[in-house]
Amino acid sequence: MTSPSTLENGFPSANTRLALYRDMLRVRLVEEEIIKRYGEQEMRCPTHICIGQEAAPAGVSTHLRREDEVYSAHRSHGHYLSKGASLKGMIAELYGRETGCALGMGGSQHLIDLDAGFMGSAPILASTISVGVGSAWTAKRRGHDKVIVIYFGDGATEEGAFHEAANFAGVNKLPVVFVCENNLYSVHTPLEIRQPNRKISELAGMHGVRGLIGDGNDVDAVWRLAEVAIQDARNGNGPSLIELATYRWKEHCGPNEDQNLGYRSDEEMAEWVEKCPLARYEKILVEENQLSEAIITKFHLEIAQEIDEAFDFAKSSAYPKPEMLSRFVYPEMRESS
Amino acid sequence: MSEKRIIKYYEAIREAHAESLSQDPSVYVIGLGVPSPTGIFGTTKGLVDEFGDDRVLDMPASEGGMTGVALGSAIAGERPVMVHMRVDFAVLSMETLVNQAAKWHYMYGGKMRAPLTIRMIIGRGWGQGPQHSQSLQAWFAHVPGLKVVMPATASDAKGMLMAAVEDDAPVIVFEHRWLYGISGEVPEGRHVTSLEGAKVMRSGKDVTLAGFSYMSLENMRAAEMLADLGIDAEVIDMRSLTPIDTTTVVNSVQKTGRLIVADTAHTEFGATAEVVASVVEQGFEALKKPPVRVGLPYVPTPTTPALADLYYPRAIDIARAALKLSDNDQTIEDTPPVTPWRDVPDPSFTGPY
Repeated sequence: MTSPSTLENGFPSANTRLALYRDMLRVRLVEEEIIKRYGEQEMRCPTHICIGQEAAPAGVSTHLRREDEVYSAHRSHGHYLSKGASLKGMIAELYGRETGCALGMGGSQHLIDLDAGFMGSAPILASTISVGVGSAWTAKRRGHDKVIVIYFGDGATEEGAFHEAANFAGVNKLPVVFVCENNLYSVHTPLEIRQPNRKISELAGMHGVRGLIGDGNDVDAVWRLAEVAIQDARNGNGPSLIELATYRWKEHCGPNEDQNLGYRSDEEMAEWVEKCPLARYEKILVEENQLSEAIITKFHLEIAQEIDEAFDFAKSSAYPKPEMLSRFVYPEMRESS
Repeated sequence: MSEKRIIKYYEAIREAHAESLSQDPSVYVIGLGVPSPTGIFGTTKGLVDEFGDDRVLDMPASEGGMTGVALGSAIAGERPVMVHMRVDFAVLSMETLVNQAAKWHYMYGGKMRAPLTIRMIIGRGWGQGPQHSQSLQAWFAHVPGLKVVMPATASDAKGMLMAAVEDDAPVIVFEHRWLYGISGEVPEGRHVTSLEGAKVMRSGKDVTLAGFSYMSLENMRAAEMLADLGIDAEVIDMRSLTPIDTTTVVNSVQKTGRLIVADTAHTEFGATAEVVASVVEQGFEALKKPPVRVGLPYVPTPTTPALADLYYPRAIDIARAALKLSDNDQTIEDTPPVTPWRDVPDPSFTGPY
């Protein structure tokens, strides 16, 4: 196993870069619309906004096939959307409607879209990590050609399940890519009083997992790291962990800013807003003549229309009927084939 | 000497922490977010400024391991109070609590003591859903060696937490989030209320309404509804699961002959079953009707408010059950929710938790 490294060559093609830009823009605009409408009190579930962290899922997902699987935690909107999961299904889920991706049972914290390979999300920090590893184990046992990507935050690496699952993935060379979005805070608690001064990516090596680290707000960098990790997983070379430095702009849970609480300095926030993954990329692509004002406008219009349709769909959908309360406690027997 | 002083439940918890920290230098409070600016829904807010960051501590998101660390420091002579913002995260510490903390005193022949207090907060409303709202108190009550208490009043919120800290056994204090805004009389200074013993909150002669935690509040509301219809309910706040006081309930049923037991959890394999079983064993002859249990349906918590509103039993459900038990064919009209849904404790609440 190699020690953590930052890979430094290659850029995505012009078309891929446009797609990456559009993907981040779409996640950003969806989150902004949720924020705008949250105060109407119709999305009645804990909602973790991912603005500031859009580069990770964009850069990773572009290497994934539909049959590749993604697992996530509580801040999952970007992971879900970038994997190609249904926007309508997600918004309807936030509105608690029967057309939601989990039929209203789960809300923002439990998104799912099996058709898109988005396998689920759950807010107990590290709990989906071992589940994803289990799916990777089965993929290997059965010879399925697929890669499993598991997203989590810095806090999840403090729970035992992370280490136990990484160890198992390492010893069995499973087709897994662990993606740790290190946004420096677990709710309000800073990383430096939770973990010693080390890189989370350095934890990987001793578990037999390749450790990679990079700028989580530079989508080209994410794209490069993810390419290596996903290729390795796909080719049977075993699991990787990519640590991505990034930052959450909004409060831990909910639509608001929380600078008033004082746990993060204004300087720190300003620094990270300066490193905005979307604005940075837009500037680079425009400077390199890969993106024009006309295309930017076109993307905005297309996405705004898609978002409008998703919210209209959600708000015009029915709530689950009372009999649905106990419908899914146990699965019904499948018909024998 | 002391004047009647009314404070909120969450303020009472904060006072208990402050008082315990003041009176005993071996006490510390730890948990993810304990010293944070919002301070565990206000219950630990500002304590770090008063008592310092070596006694009011944050921790890694390592619920399992950190419970063992707290246990170890308890055995070494400190009195830790660990806080979990949601019960659902505390589930990660089950091994330490069930196999270790509960048993160290017993299995080492009384040579080891673990004066450990764990606060677990039960979420509810605004789509807390399947993993942020569970009432798992019965799990812990099933394990000998752990004490499990559920304060339902501001006075007990302070008194039982202080008692838990002073107790030499591991004590788990379950707090329901919908109690945080209620007010009550709470003495200043050291205020300790017993960790055992149910309490009669309202005397009555027609039907016994026993309840745990937030459901004691719903029982009181139900008693008011019933009073309007000429039924005199006795309300008993159970206060703790282990040790459980069924004698108070049996004595009440001797008088009323009718029993309803309400809990914040599922009825199946839960605390309501324990109370009913004890009454049947100890006071069967007094029962005029089969007892009724009120709790959550045997279903995980749904997130959508459309189903969550059907999920949680309310005062009106208890009152209607009492009417039926009393063979009384009067009816009670339900009042519409003040907000579009019943998923918030009061209308000022605009989410999220």
